[in-house]
Amino acid sequence: MRVLTCFLPPSAGTATVAGFDVLEQPREVKRRIGYLPETPPLYPEMATSEYLRFVGKLKGLSGGELEKRVDYVCERCFIADVKQKLLGKLSKGYRQRVGLAQAIIHNPEVLILDEPTAGLDPKQINETRDLIKSLAGDHTIVLSTHILPEVEQICEQVIIINKGKLVATDSVRNLQARTRGVESLQVEVAGRDGSLSYELVQRRLEQVPGVAHVLCRDPHEHRLIFEVQSQKGQLTRGDLARAVVESGWDLNELRAASMSLEEIFLELTGSDAPKETAELTKEMQA
Amino acid sequence: MRNIWTICRKELGGYFVSPIAYLLLTMFALIFGFFFWNILGYFVNEGMEMIMRGETVPMNLNEQIIRPLLSNVSVIGLFFIPMITMRLFAEEKRSGTIELLATSPIRDIEIILGKWLSAVILYSCLLLLTALNFGFLFLYGKPDWKPLLVGYLGLLLQGGLLLAVGTFISTLTKNQIIAGAATFGICLLLWVIEWVTGYESATWATVLAYFSVITHFDSFARGVIDSKDLVFYLTGIFLGLFATARSMESLRWRS
Repeated sequence: MRVLTCFLPPSAGTATVAGFDVLEQPREVKRRIGYLPETPPLYPEMATSEYLRFVGKLKGLSGGELEKRVDYVCERCFIADVKQKLLGKLSKGYRQRVGLAQAIIHNPEVLILDEPTAGLDPKQINETRDLIKSLAGDHTIVLSTHILPEVEQICEQVIIINKGKLVATDSVRNLQARTRGVESLQVEVAGRDGSLSYELVQRRLEQVPGVAHVLCRDPHEHRLIFEVQSQKGQLTRGDLARAVVESGWDLNELRAASMSLEEIFLELTGSDAPKETAELTKEMQA
Repeated sequence: MRNIWTICRKELGGYFVSPIAYLLLTMFALIFGFFFWNILGYFVNEGMEMIMRGETVPMNLNEQIIRPLLSNVSVIGLFFIPMITMRLFAEEKRSGTIELLATSPIRDIEIILGKWLSAVILYSCLLLLTALNFGFLFLYGKPDWKPLLVGYLGLLLQGGLLLAVGTFISTLTKNQIIAGAATFGICLLLWVIEWVTGYESATWATVLAYFSVITHFDSFARGVIDSKDLVFYLTGIFLGLFATARSMESLRWRS
């Protein structure tokens, strides 16, 4: 990621951003990227508007255009109310948003965000994610994160990198489909009189046409939850539901248990690989 | 050019929004004021004695007050320069804001010149304070103003050199204290290194003494612009800033 921003030179290979090589034409690349490092690069002794004006000038803006962009990004990133406050006195969520505002001030083609939601509270995380999503229409956004649900939530294209090697690059949906030849459904069954053994239910479910395998989840609890696996397109949910109901049991829940990105991630990087070394990069196309 | 000014303005903001600049200005005014008061007292005392003895040896403000005071300023400056330069890069490296500068479409040399220039401007503000004291001499006497101007030029050049060295050292570490202490050590060394000529007259001693920033200031304090000293300071400034540029470039390869 730091190679893309021209902060570090590549140790091997080449990198191009918006058609410009990071080694050959770093200035052209830098003009076209907005970058938010893991900790927003803020000067605590500066006021928000002063800081944005400073960054704008660094990126080559001036005069009326600069003022217009400062006002625009303040609106866009919801920081207009802290315009005159010192950056050192802002909360973590505001700092992150000022960091984003700083990154988009010169309207770059590519936005590079390094773990934009790290260290925020759930409310701030949501706000930041919404903000990033809303920016996706105007910029190509590359963001790295270790929080996998975030990827499912906001990204279109996923690149999984393990120890510097590219492991997979695809859309979220395709990745899920690719690693999932089997389809699984989660079924929760309850008996009317409360004395229902899971072996009995398991046997019944296995008889439903198309079912390949029935796993029992948490047999210790009173709830009977099964994971029913089948080859794709072989099993209809109706059959499964009917089998349960016709046996005189209640069907409490029936839903697709899609493989989460987390499982895909572990599968692709090898479950023994420590998560920290594997970086997940996601991309959203404008 | 515009970028240099942008960086410089930002750094000046950093000095003057925080207490750094005011603290330095106050301390400098206090210390220099003390030196001024001392030397003036001595001068007045001597004059009185002379009148009592009935002598009429002419007394010279330039030779007896301005010249020694300028030398004093150049030494006091040594102590203040580390405090000016230590934060320049060390702070940005620690807080990670260096990444913002390094990924902006500006040249490294523009960042360096901007920062160095801001340090020179703050240093000039310190020098400006001394002009206040010297101003009193013009109010009550008639000293020659040209040597004083040359003296200020010398102080600026000497300051510029040491500030360039300090800027360089600041790029080497994340820790401001380390940057400050190392700069202070080198400033001190560049001052006392000329003392070897006091007891040693071999060639190596002369060469060593040549590196002393203070010896090169002497001619300026006398009101003489010697091209030898001018060249010394200018090459020193160039080398310091050049080393800073190399060091900043190496940051990218090392990290």
